[in-house]
Amino acid sequence: MSIDLSLLPDGGVGWLDASGKHADIVLSTRIRLARNVEGYAFTARARDGERLRVLSQVREALSSVQELREAVLYRLDELSPTDRALLHERHLVSKELAGLDAQHPLRSGAAVFLSDGLGVMVNEEDHLRLQALRSGFALEEAFAAIDRLDRDLGARVPFSFHAEFGFLTACPTNVGTGMRASVLIHLPGLVHTKEMGRVLAGLQQMGLTYRGLYGEGSEVVGNYFQISNQTTLGRSEEELLDQLLRVVGHVIEREEEARRVLLRDAGYIIEDKLWRAYGTLRYARSLTFDEAMNYLSGVRLAVGLKLVTGLSVYTLNKLLIFSQAAHLAYAEGRPLTESETNLARARYVRKALEEEAGTVG
Amino acid sequence: MLCDSCGERDAVVQLTRIEGGEVKLLHLCERCAAENGVETSVPTPKHPLGDFLQAVQQQAALTSVDGSRCVFCHTTMSDFRATGRWGCARCYTTFEHGMRELLRRVHGSAKHIGKAYRPPQSETIEREAALGELRERLRRAIESEQFELAADLRDRIKVLE
Repeated sequence: MSIDLSLLPDGGVGWLDASGKHADIVLSTRIRLARNVEGYAFTARARDGERLRVLSQVREALSSVQELREAVLYRLDELSPTDRALLHERHLVSKELAGLDAQHPLRSGAAVFLSDGLGVMVNEEDHLRLQALRSGFALEEAFAAIDRLDRDLGARVPFSFHAEFGFLTACPTNVGTGMRASVLIHLPGLVHTKEMGRVLAGLQQMGLTYRGLYGEGSEVVGNYFQISNQTTLGRSEEELLDQLLRVVGHVIEREEEARRVLLRDAGYIIEDKLWRAYGTLRYARSLTFDEAMNYLSGVRLAVGLKLVTGLSVYTLNKLLIFSQAAHLAYAEGRPLTESETNLARARYVRKALEEEAGTVG
Repeated sequence: MLCDSCGERDAVVQLTRIEGGEVKLLHLCERCAAENGVETSVPTPKHPLGDFLQAVQQQAALTSVDGSRCVFCHTTMSDFRATGRWGCARCYTTFEHGMRELLRRVHGSAKHIGKAYRPPQSETIEREAALGELRERLRRAIESEQFELAADLRDRIKVLE
């Protein structure tokens, strides 16, 4: 039997609704806190029984935590590979938790609790990864939500905490606040004007780092970058967030400036290129994932520049998620080969664009 | 002596258990002892002497076995070098010596100044655990239509809540 995603109030993709600030440039904001439960070895070193006890302890505690009382629990260790990939493609679980990473086979006790924009991964690299996900640029809102969950859960489950080193984590790069705040941002203007290298170097100097669409270890595709804090110790949560808020705000301004420059200096070339991207997505019969991502990036830019109107950012966000392999297989109701996937992807994208085509101009 | 439960680690705790009138002596490693509900870490000191005792006990715990091996999860420095991951919270005290330098290199600082945290008192945890068990028993009682028992359990849950 396949996973029932309709159990989730928003299908787990409320963060796609393009409602937050700067939603055409910033897709989503995510904050995660790494926590471990006192009394057990960290996940990788724990025995099966210990991991299952962590899960049941957290499950029990969450039943009296307001925000997650109604949460849906998915036991990754009982799901098929496609279903696990589906949750990963929705950015609801990490690759490691889903057991899709060759280095980290699926663990017993791997699970996730999901509710509106909030989640708790259990038995990831750390026992707990609390996360808040919001549409658009919404660091304050995401932090308020995750902080409340952290306090409520931490009052019921003892977290490993050290007066000097803070919250203790398996990887020393997460110790202290255990917080990674990240913003998924679309920066085609900076990439096309060849400014991106300088911006990325600047980020690193400011104690920030960047990754691809799926976080750690993932490649940058379709001009999507995840910008996040690099360090977690020696600065408070507020300072780390403030830094990210200011720098991302600045990056957004630079991106907007780059877009103006593109239009001014290469107006018709850009316009032609973006319409070609739209045309390809609208009519192609087979699309690889990278192709789809790159053309979608072009169309998103065209919408941002108001060259293309009548196409919503929400549709573009949905395409990004629903045109991935596991989602296509889920929609078709069967596993697909690579070439079948490419055909299904083109079909899906065509249909989605067709539905809004009447108003596109 | 090896632990009677896992047979892997050194036994450091002697647990006397009375089961059905029979006295059993178990030798357990720290981790299995913790799993059996024996708290081996030192509780928060309640008076000034507590700090001193805690320091002495920690010192003893660290030196009683090979100092380069965590007493709780048996992670060694070479394990850490291979994986880049610590095995448990205790590793942070076991390897405290090089920890500050490591953290300074990673973060530019070795001092947490973010959110402070105090774990819940053990009574709270025990109450939560008891509540969990009662709720589970209530569920079973309802399933098996033992309504009198269910009503009784519901009352007990209310009291605890």
